[in-house]
Amino acid sequence: MALPSAPARQARESVVIRFAGDSGDGMQVTGSRFTVETALAGNDLTTFPDFPAEIRAPAGTTYGVSAFQIQFGASDVMTPGDAVDVLVAMNPAALKVELKDLRVGGTILVDTGAFTERNLTKAGFAANPLEDGSLAPYQVLTFDITRLTTEAVKPFGLSSREAHRCRNMWALGLMLWMYGRDRQATIEWLRRKFAERAELAQANVAAMNAGHAFGETAEMSEHLVGYTVRSAPVQPGRYRTVSGTEALAWGLIAGMRGAGLEKMIFAGYPITPASLLLHTLANLKAYGVVTFQAEDEIAAIGAAIGAAYSGALGVTSSSGPGIALKTEMLGLAIATELPIVVIDSQRAGPSTGMPTKAEQSDLFQAVHGRNADAPLAVIAAATAVDCFEVAIEAVRIATTYMTPVIVLTDAYLAHAAEPWRLPEAAALPRFPVRFRTDPAGFHPFLRDPVTLARAWAVPGTPGLEHRIGGLEKDYDTGHISYDPDNHARMTRTRAAKIAGIANGIPPQRVALGDDHGAVAVVGWGSTYGAINRAVSEAREDGADVSHIHLRYLSPFPRNLGDLLSRFQRILVPEMNDGQLVQLLRAAYLVPAQGLSKVAGKPFKVSEIVQAIEAALRSPQSRSPSPHRGEGARG
Amino acid sequence: MTVTTITDAELTPKDYASDQEVRWCPGCGDYAILKAVQKALAELGAPRERTVFVSGIGCAARFPYYLSTYGFHTIHGRAPAIATGVKLANPGLDVWVVTGDGDGLSIGGNHMLHVLRRNVDLQIILFNNEIYGLTKGQYSPTSRRGTHSPSTPQGSIEAPVSPCAFALGAGARFVARAVDTQQADVVAVLKRAHAHRGASFVEVFQNCVVFNDGVFDHFTSKDVASDAQLHVEHGQPLLFGRNRARGLRLKPGSVALEVVPVGEGGVSPGDILVHDETNRALAQLLVALEPPAFPVALGVLYCNPAASYEAEVYAQARAAGFSGEPADLGALLRREGTWTVTE
Repeated sequence: MALPSAPARQARESVVIRFAGDSGDGMQVTGSRFTVETALAGNDLTTFPDFPAEIRAPAGTTYGVSAFQIQFGASDVMTPGDAVDVLVAMNPAALKVELKDLRVGGTILVDTGAFTERNLTKAGFAANPLEDGSLAPYQVLTFDITRLTTEAVKPFGLSSREAHRCRNMWALGLMLWMYGRDRQATIEWLRRKFAERAELAQANVAAMNAGHAFGETAEMSEHLVGYTVRSAPVQPGRYRTVSGTEALAWGLIAGMRGAGLEKMIFAGYPITPASLLLHTLANLKAYGVVTFQAEDEIAAIGAAIGAAYSGALGVTSSSGPGIALKTEMLGLAIATELPIVVIDSQRAGPSTGMPTKAEQSDLFQAVHGRNADAPLAVIAAATAVDCFEVAIEAVRIATTYMTPVIVLTDAYLAHAAEPWRLPEAAALPRFPVRFRTDPAGFHPFLRDPVTLARAWAVPGTPGLEHRIGGLEKDYDTGHISYDPDNHARMTRTRAAKIAGIANGIPPQRVALGDDHGAVAVVGWGSTYGAINRAVSEAREDGADVSHIHLRYLSPFPRNLGDLLSRFQRILVPEMNDGQLVQLLRAAYLVPAQGLSKVAGKPFKVSEIVQAIEAALRSPQSRSPSPHRGEGARG
Repeated sequence: MTVTTITDAELTPKDYASDQEVRWCPGCGDYAILKAVQKALAELGAPRERTVFVSGIGCAARFPYYLSTYGFHTIHGRAPAIATGVKLANPGLDVWVVTGDGDGLSIGGNHMLHVLRRNVDLQIILFNNEIYGLTKGQYSPTSRRGTHSPSTPQGSIEAPVSPCAFALGAGARFVARAVDTQQADVVAVLKRAHAHRGASFVEVFQNCVVFNDGVFDHFTSKDVASDAQLHVEHGQPLLFGRNRARGLRLKPGSVALEVVPVGEGGVSPGDILVHDETNRALAQLLVALEPPAFPVALGVLYCNPAASYEAEVYAQARAAGFSGEPADLGALLRREGTWTVTE
């Protein structure tokens, strides 16, 4: 007798899954575990958690919906995906909120056990969408996950509430089966997480296994199909997934080591979404980190400045409203020329705005948001992995030029995760600082003739006792000076020092495409993936378009003006109302056009593709400049 | 209490003066405090390279420029925050904060609260002149009700904050008070503050000759001083007045102090309260005493040490593996959840 052959799994190039449920349903955990198993399966991936500002919104309501999206695939995955292929909806509210992003023909997986009269009413459904035909454009898979989970965990004697909380693991198990993923790493993780309560670990593992087994036994069903997504071709090496926050934390430590500094004083005040960095670093004391939860944002940067004054790496981190509070202190760090790193995890504003939603609207604040002529360095991270290098670079600039450096990230980068090929510690950049120790001819504003950085002389050094402060200093002695010519000279020196940072950074490269042509799409920050994918798609369709992505926002790379002049049109997509576009127009007098998105959500690739097409159709605004060498000055 | 410090070379008060010309108004109380600080530093033999003065904004905040130690003139109200960072980065430094009533209790009130509560090992000298001097004479948070100033032409209507009561309320473990012109007392109090591990709060009554001249005369002028000032000393009875003929005792049947005559015709010396600087309740009663019914209490009002903040921070950090030999970053990155892709 022939054994029934397992039906063939269908192959997919890439898949977008969104796990959605009540904020108490454990969707972030479910998504994170699926991510780890997917990374271990060798796919490239990008994730995007989207959770409500409320810690525990009333259960079952639409504003309590928490979601986690992952795109994974066999080739370079750069965004969490525009349209969702599979929506896992653990309750009616999740279906209500998330359905709009599901592509027509996409799959919905629901827990019918949660589609009660009460939950339907709370979600605002007049009729049960599972019965009224409104989901006809989609493939709907219904399972009573609530009941199936309860049965699976029965042997472990949990309370009904605890048993209910294992539903996410059942759903995870089914999804792991559907894409042929392993479960071992998650089993080990559950055992570690519930080390104190073995029955919870066992129940969660049982729920996951039950979901997985359900898929396997139902495999004959025409509705429940398994898929394969082949692994992505990647460079050999050791990998792990990393979130933007982890990469920043480790990058700061790598930067501190690169500078040869003994310790980092990291001072923060709780604020969403920046607090994660404080939490992460608070657990890394063995790496030379001292964390300080200050009484407010001002004290946090004050402690960082005090630490820098004393010869440590001073770091503070916040989000838009908190950075606003730090403004006066930034002026002090500029006036006293002390090296600190300030991380701004941008979120939608103004004021409190939408604390958990990403935006890029602090660029003006970072570049210009201080009283008087107060230049500093501003750099931005493009991806979760890029946060590592950007953090090192921030420390390098701060300590080399004795200046505060603002690092712009955002709520998306703070949480987003992707695979990272781990660098060798020995290959990380080194830029050792030299503290001043020689009293001969010393004053605190002696400058390096090349970088214009002032001497870093720290308390504890005999013979270098000196006084600094926010009052203007005499260029030649470092003493207080109200002399008008001296103030002009000092103002210009501070500006020249920051402008000179451009001499020590790489020339701006083109991320994708030619260094001249019809359209340059110029971005910065976390829009990298969406822009790159959009430009790639447009180029496949034959469009003459290139992607330029800026890490250095103040000062700009020296060749940027020249590079931009070689394109007929410049399109600047930003998650703000048009900030980089204004800076570029002001700096280079180029006819750059903005593409603005202020919806608290990342760009979709399709939105940028459409804007590229529109730009290509628009009348040519000018002739590009004749081609010049890349090193030419803008 | 005697503090004996042996240094390589005997330093004099002059050695703690910088080369900068002092620019306070002639007759300002700050001059006297500067001299007292320089004298205290000399008597402590404080190594200049390990001594840091941090100030905010205001007349008092110019202080660091006139000392030959390390100095950081920061921004308004924020000196405690910056000093905390200095101390966290290098706990071996001897850090002083110089502030005023506006700097420390108005714009910087929040930082003052928290630096005291945390017990960061700093000496905080608050120059209280009950006025904003540098901005030309507006009433301050310590100005008494009815203070006429450019911003309160009809007199201020706010109840003032008492710096020492604020400090005790914030959880300060060392609270002392002195008068700018009484140099020996200022020096003695500063040396005690220096010896105390943790946040030491010292209020100095400082006369602003230009905008608030004579505001403390009712207890500092020579003719009233002995009856209006109570100089407390740990373990000694709370006596004051000419021939120390008056004293404080607990008012029978109440939690309040009363002034009583001592000796012939008065109570016996044994009935007078003995100062216990570790007694917080007594300190709270002492800081609240006001003329004319009571003398102003001066000296070390409260001293009850506990572990300092930065010491505990480093104790925790060391317990978590912090050391001069930082852990391997490469191992951290590879700690969990890694996979290897081969050719």
